[in-house]
Amino acid sequence: MIRFDGVSKRYPGGHEALKSVTLEVDQGEMVFVTGHSGAGKSTLLKLIPLLERPTRGQVIVAGVNLGRLRRYRIPHLRRRIGMIFQNHRLLYDRTVYDNVALPLIISGVRPREVGRRVRAALDKVNLLDKEQAFPITLSGGEQQRVGIARAVVTRPPVLLADEPTGNLDPELSEEIMRLFAQFNRVGVTTVICSHDLALINRLGHRHVTLAEGAVIDDGVMGGER
Amino acid sequence: MNRAQPRRQGRVSGALEVYLSNHGRSAVGALGRLVRGWLPSGMTAGVIGIALALPAAFLLALGNLQSVTSGWGGQAQASLFLHQDVDQAAYRKLAGQLGEDADIRAVKVITPKEAMAEFQRLSGFSDALDLLDENPLPPVLVVRPRRGMQPGAIEGLVDRLKGLPQVDRVRLDQQWVKRLHAIMDLAGRGIWVIAGLLALTVVMVVGNTIRLDIENRREEIVITKLIGATDAFIRRPFLYEGLWYGIGGGLLACILVEAGLWLLSTPSRQLAELYGSGFRLEGLGGLDTLTLLACGALLGWAGSWLAVGRHLAAIEPR
Repeated sequence: MIRFDGVSKRYPGGHEALKSVTLEVDQGEMVFVTGHSGAGKSTLLKLIPLLERPTRGQVIVAGVNLGRLRRYRIPHLRRRIGMIFQNHRLLYDRTVYDNVALPLIISGVRPREVGRRVRAALDKVNLLDKEQAFPITLSGGEQQRVGIARAVVTRPPVLLADEPTGNLDPELSEEIMRLFAQFNRVGVTTVICSHDLALINRLGHRHVTLAEGAVIDDGVMGGER
Repeated sequence: MNRAQPRRQGRVSGALEVYLSNHGRSAVGALGRLVRGWLPSGMTAGVIGIALALPAAFLLALGNLQSVTSGWGGQAQASLFLHQDVDQAAYRKLAGQLGEDADIRAVKVITPKEAMAEFQRLSGFSDALDLLDENPLPPVLVVRPRRGMQPGAIEGLVDRLKGLPQVDRVRLDQQWVKRLHAIMDLAGRGIWVIAGLLALTVVMVVGNTIRLDIENRREEIVITKLIGATDAFIRRPFLYEGLWYGIGGGLLACILVEAGLWLLSTPSRQLAELYGSGFRLEGLGGLDTLTLLACGALLGWAGSWLAVGRHLAAIEPR
């Protein structure tokens, strides 16, 4: 589903964030990417929806070589990838409902279908009662769940999360991770960057470790699968 | 996949519904934002309104002036001053002949006696004129050319009349009307230059306002790009915003012009009455109002289009 082929990324200024990374994520797989800050986790994730382009090597998503993707096709790529961020990146001047509806409106879902699908997504993250609330009135965990609902409302085949539990306490973190596992079980390819090793080991999924821009470990760890 | 689903059910009507609801949402959303921030958006619309009202008012004034003077321009007339020795029978005969000329609509005879009477009445020298032994005034034929004759043709006619043996001098009462028209043409040209500059002002004002708005909503733009919005989707609300600014400004311009007209209507009517004319100031008609609104809308749209084209591409999610 996602393939990195000798991918390097050098930022202007000379910092080399990724050094010849080769990695394959199968369809329906759930992968955790860990490593210290600055190991290249975020860069790796950003290459998939073309938030960055690699300096060398190829990234292939669902059979599409992103290096050859025309600029005007990028929005269509991003619609098929649900993204979740540590700082949520919600629109704070709109209600929870409007935030979650936005991807549907962008991808041209018929108006009368939007409401049904927004409520289905909010139901999955247990926020059905907060639909008319503004994000700023919600707790960090609730805001993150709004972010997840927004990412999954279009039922994308790929879900990417960059430190989704970075600001949450352990219990909430586990709840969020289990939510991801739940989406993964219905076939969504999921890649999550995190440094919460204890939690990752408990969940037991494939686990890729990066250090200084290179893959130093790749395999399934422990787990309660 | 999600993209295939809406297409499956009634493709054409579905696509149209989505298209219309996208545009409706952008248009209403943009209007809503402007209304919520009514003070700054009102000021922007005010600047646009004044910039549109100035040339509109000038053009309207010019139009009114033209409608006043068009009545005069059509009535070109030539006065034929005959030689003193042409007697009554001769000039009556000449008048009869000229009356049958195809280029001449009417011929009016002013006998020396009539001329004298009129001169006495108008000049105020009646007592002095009484002292004259004989009437020094020549007989005059006032010739009106056929309606709709071009100025060149009228001059040709005048030359022909000058050639008549009985005619001493010909005066064409047209020169000043021509000059007036030339001045009005000049003024019209000047107004269009000013209108062009003010239109540029509107484009720049809207462009700058939209640029600031894009800057203020940078995070929103980044997020919508992240979740797969096309450039067209992101551009749309800003274009509608420019359109609303333009329409608002156009509306304001109409109100300003009509208010100015209302202020001038009484004095202008009094002036017209002093000249014995039933002239009334002509306001903006329905068509002019629509044109003004359309100009505003077009300029607003163009301004936002320029700003959006320049600044949206620079915002990319990281």
